[in-house]
Amino acid sequence: MEKVTLTIDGIRVEAPAHYTVLEAARIANIKIPTLCYLKGINEIGACRICVVEVERAKSLQAACVLPVAEGMVVRTNTKAVREARRINLELLLANHERECLTCVRNRNCELQKLAEEFNLDNIEYGRISKEQKVDLKSPSIIRDTNKCILCRRCESVCRDVQTVSAIGVSGRGMGTMIGPVFGKSLSEVSCINCGQCIVNCPVGALREKDNIDEVWEALNNPDLHVVVQTAPAVRVALGEEFGMPVGTRVTGKMVAALRRMGFDKVYDTDFAADLTIMEEGTELLDRLNNGGKLPLITSCSPGWIKFCEHNFPELLDNLSTCKSPHQMMGALLKSYYAEKNGIDPSKIYVVSIMPCTAKKFEAKRPELNATGYPDVDVVLTTRELARMIKEAGVDFAKLENESFDNILGDSTGAAVIFGATGGVMEAALRTVYEVVTGKTLEKVDFEEVRGLEGIKAAVIPVGEINVKVAVAHGTGNARKLMEKVVSGEEQYHFIEVMGCPGGCVTGGGQPIVSASDKMDFDPRELRARAIYEEDKDMPLRKSHENPMVKLVYEEYLGKANSHRAHELLHTHYVRRERV
Amino acid sequence: MAVKEVRDPVDIPENYEKLKEVIDEHKVKRGSLIPVLQKAQEIFGYLPLEVQKYVAEGMNVSLQEVYGVATFYAQFSLTPKGEHTIGLCMGTACYVKGAKAILEKVKEELGVEVGGTSEDLKFTLEATRCLGACGLAPVMMIDEDVYGRLTVDSIPDILKKYR
Repeated sequence: MEKVTLTIDGIRVEAPAHYTVLEAARIANIKIPTLCYLKGINEIGACRICVVEVERAKSLQAACVLPVAEGMVVRTNTKAVREARRINLELLLANHERECLTCVRNRNCELQKLAEEFNLDNIEYGRISKEQKVDLKSPSIIRDTNKCILCRRCESVCRDVQTVSAIGVSGRGMGTMIGPVFGKSLSEVSCINCGQCIVNCPVGALREKDNIDEVWEALNNPDLHVVVQTAPAVRVALGEEFGMPVGTRVTGKMVAALRRMGFDKVYDTDFAADLTIMEEGTELLDRLNNGGKLPLITSCSPGWIKFCEHNFPELLDNLSTCKSPHQMMGALLKSYYAEKNGIDPSKIYVVSIMPCTAKKFEAKRPELNATGYPDVDVVLTTRELARMIKEAGVDFAKLENESFDNILGDSTGAAVIFGATGGVMEAALRTVYEVVTGKTLEKVDFEEVRGLEGIKAAVIPVGEINVKVAVAHGTGNARKLMEKVVSGEEQYHFIEVMGCPGGCVTGGGQPIVSASDKMDFDPRELRARAIYEEDKDMPLRKSHENPMVKLVYEEYLGKANSHRAHELLHTHYVRRERV
Repeated sequence: MAVKEVRDPVDIPENYEKLKEVIDEHKVKRGSLIPVLQKAQEIFGYLPLEVQKYVAEGMNVSLQEVYGVATFYAQFSLTPKGEHTIGLCMGTACYVKGAKAILEKVKEELGVEVGGTSEDLKFTLEATRCLGACGLAPVMMIDEDVYGRLTVDSIPDILKKYR
């Protein structure tokens, strides 16, 4: 690799020639503050918080977009630099609605942190931007432009990573705004509710629709039987909200906390993930053997589903008809579980704790009410759960581990890996292989579908058939893959898509990692590692070995893809306009 | 007098055929969104959602990108423009000489606010900065015609010429 030598604050730094001054400074442990910069995604030098002095340059330069050069002399901490940064920050703060105390991002706000680091004690300028209406119409995402600092991170993620372009910039000068076209609500455009805008927003301009109060109300209602279920990715991220390192596994503490908060039963969406593998695996085999529509494409990710409905209507018949796991669980809770325990399904209130904002939209889809009642009553994100735990006064770190309630809380390692990109594929392969060949897998780990490459493809020999599979994460990658499928350039039997980059571990409902921390580590990697450790520690690692799944089939569903299974666990999709 | 039917250019199918020709001509070249939008505005008079969507699909870019460009440049309008544009000078000299009263009269005659377009799509009213004809204050322009030393009473006759 070609390297150049430059001097930063008197320190000689040897840096790869393609580095920016910002990156080179980090080699010398010099931290240049940033705000609009989002590594690899938004590198536009817009906010001018990272300005530095460069010898022989006419003006201060934005370090995040300034390439290093041989012999360059940079100073990051002069009076001029400090003053310029401070004024820029003050100007941003002047138009920012500073209701920090009651803001969801209080103490986790990159703007607030800068104000602290810059030792700001006064903001000299008054607000001149006009008060804007807060967009509350989306069931998933709240957009408050009064807090927007025009960093463009959300726009870049939405356009370049997700290729959704639901929000973007309009107007110019003081009239510049970020939002959907023609002043529409997010609920009126092709937003897929993935929430990647939220987890990349430095401030509180984008946040999830908060449903905490509804859940407290249900918990306080003696007539309701309130059941909670948790998605696989929640357990490897929730701890971060309580100061634990990224990738800490807190499954047992999470269960304990939920019990303390008063849920009648604490179940695991992982059970339903195992069930999904039985249903979807059977669907795959049926399509393979009976000339059904291929490739079969997974349907666990509601962000991906809505993306497909807007952008690839010709592929709707390729989508698995399986509901996403938490919806399956909801349907079972209000049928099987209700009957078995003699509880009126109208009195069962199902709460799903999800790493996802799109699940909030999904739960409100009118077709997802197998029993005549919504499968799932309310969806909370990992972040909302953390806030509830704090509100309840539970000292999370000190909780003893507890286990999920049984039957619908029992699961295998195959289910927990649903949380990472490639996980659904791997879980399906573990089961399909054994069902088809009747042999035991020697090695259950399918490394070829793991990892962070945007699109992964593999050929897996399963008995007579060489099954061609592909995995995409992030809808931008999914779009690339689907274009090849539609054009016929590539042919696959089975495709897994997760709407968020990295899969559910870095879903739009997960704890927010600052842009600055993301320069040091990749949360997708650390949380996925925890997911695979969780899998490894499970006594059973294949969905079809889950004895409780077998029991539910015996007692209630019959066999996979049976009539009753179809009624409760499967769904259909709709074409949606592109706006 | 027979009532002339006013049709929004957005509802005229031939306009889309014209726009399609423009798009087909420019599609191959990167960076030709602005010329396409200029032509679209010539055809439709303004750039409403339907037209921007048509351009986005034709040019294979997102509606968000089209909207960003259309709202960035002052030359593009998202609301219908009248056949004639009235620019009433609100510069210092005109203001002192009673431009405010003239403006009120024009607004009353057309039934529009500043920046708005009359219902019959004949006039768009704009308040401008100094037109550089202070000797004629108060002044207004209708398209390329200049009218000076205006009085409130002279307004209806001037507008009549363009109806």
